[in-house]
Amino acid sequence: MPDAKPLHPGLFTWPSPSPSLIGSRCLDCGEHAFPGQSSCRACSGQNTAVAELGNEGALWTWTIQSFMPKSPYHTDETPETFRPYGVGYVELPCGLKVESRLRENDPEKLRIGMAMKLEIVHVRKYSDGSDLVTFQFCAAEEDS
Amino acid sequence: MDVAIVGIGMHPFGRTPTMTGLEQGAAAARAALADAGTDFKTMQFAFGGSQDGGNADSLVNLLGLTGLQFTNVANGCATGGSSLNAAYSAIKSGQYDVGLVVGFDKHERGAFNAKPAEWGLDDWYGETGLMLTTQYFGMKIQRYMHDHGISRETLIRVAEKAFRNGSLTPTAWRQTALSWEEIENAPMVSEPLNKYMFCSPAEGGCALVVCRADMAHQFHSRPVYLKTAVVRSRNYGSFEVFSPSQPPEVAKSPTVTASQAAFELAGVGPEDIDVAQLQDTEVGAEIMHMAENGFCADGEQEQWLAEGVTEITGRLPVNTDGGCLANGEPVGASGLRQVHEICVQLRGEGGSRQVQGEPRTGYTHVYGAPGISGVNILAR
Repeated sequence: MPDAKPLHPGLFTWPSPSPSLIGSRCLDCGEHAFPGQSSCRACSGQNTAVAELGNEGALWTWTIQSFMPKSPYHTDETPETFRPYGVGYVELPCGLKVESRLRENDPEKLRIGMAMKLEIVHVRKYSDGSDLVTFQFCAAEEDS
Repeated sequence: MDVAIVGIGMHPFGRTPTMTGLEQGAAAARAALADAGTDFKTMQFAFGGSQDGGNADSLVNLLGLTGLQFTNVANGCATGGSSLNAAYSAIKSGQYDVGLVVGFDKHERGAFNAKPAEWGLDDWYGETGLMLTTQYFGMKIQRYMHDHGISRETLIRVAEKAFRNGSLTPTAWRQTALSWEEIENAPMVSEPLNKYMFCSPAEGGCALVVCRADMAHQFHSRPVYLKTAVVRSRNYGSFEVFSPSQPPEVAKSPTVTASQAAFELAGVGPEDIDVAQLQDTEVGAEIMHMAENGFCADGEQEQWLAEGVTEITGRLPVNTDGGCLANGEPVGASGLRQVHEICVQLRGEGGSRQVQGEPRTGYTHVYGAPGISGVNILAR
């Protein structure tokens, strides 16, 4: 996906051979946020900086989205091609838990505590024909 | 000045294709006014809310242009709780003597499709399929089951109880009890929660007439007193819906903080409650809210459900009208339905679902996105 564009800027480093999530860190209290924000949810301060959050973590909880969501869901899928997807919170090394789609959609393959890694995946085609991409997590032991 | 509820009214929840949401709200308001033996002209103020049914203050077109103060309330699923809280303050402060609280709604079929911008989020969150309340509910109970040893059987027991109680409630949407097998084998929606473990967006209306306690008997022979009405929002670290990230430490939920404040203000404890309504937008919510509201320890629900503690015949009946699961959730009206049911129980008007032993003290808890809880403690 060399010409791919992020669906939304500033969520992950791109282009990059090893994309990492991007958030913010409060310079006053040290708490992290994802997506990054200019004010701090923990201490109400306004002294934050952009921070790379890494690309691995442990699965904190999960579910499976079994039906195709209504708008504002917006991918290339149709009701015929829709494939259920996993959703989970992945606990990053800094302790922050990030909500993400998961590649796995089989409840038998997901368990709390399993090691996860970041990947960048296709969402839909942009009007100029290029790929729009976003982040998701998958099991770390797969194809690694 | 203490606050009394002297009129209760409902337009049945479910689907009424022939009526707008606003008309269902007006029907509920008229029923509450009739129950209080009064009329709309007597109301000095009103608080009302609706998510999809129109502006609540438009009700004056149907009920009468009397010039009263009418304030619209919008707090998601906690709209009813917030409306009653506002009415409580209006009377408690001495500003007004008597007023109306009303909620109604008319939602489309299927899951809510919330828009990210209205929640302070960017479009990517919804476009990639994360903007669904159902996912949050699945993930919260999934973690809770892992941490506190709650089994799938307990999830099924909560659904079974809801539809059994719904079958005893003439105003309920779902009036057919479901078997263990029907619930267990229903299609999965959001692991570990299946079709019969979720409530559905619905239609309906509910209204209450509230007044100064010293005027209560002018309106009704069996007033129910609102001992306290508390609303709290989330603290940093509370695990809430529509959160792209959660801090490392899990903090007390707004339900815990609202519940603790309500018990303290009312001067009673969980052991004093005879009948309770706990937000059950899905079965996991009822289970977790039993502990978050202080009624049991985390994990004790497993034993409580197995022993039938929360059945109508149990020590602490929960959701005696079938809750959100059997009534559906018209967002603006849902929190008021909970108060309506507690009033029915404390008045002794529950018919075949009446809690025995003449319950004296009741409790309601509503929870809304993205982390608002409203708790009311009521007594006769």
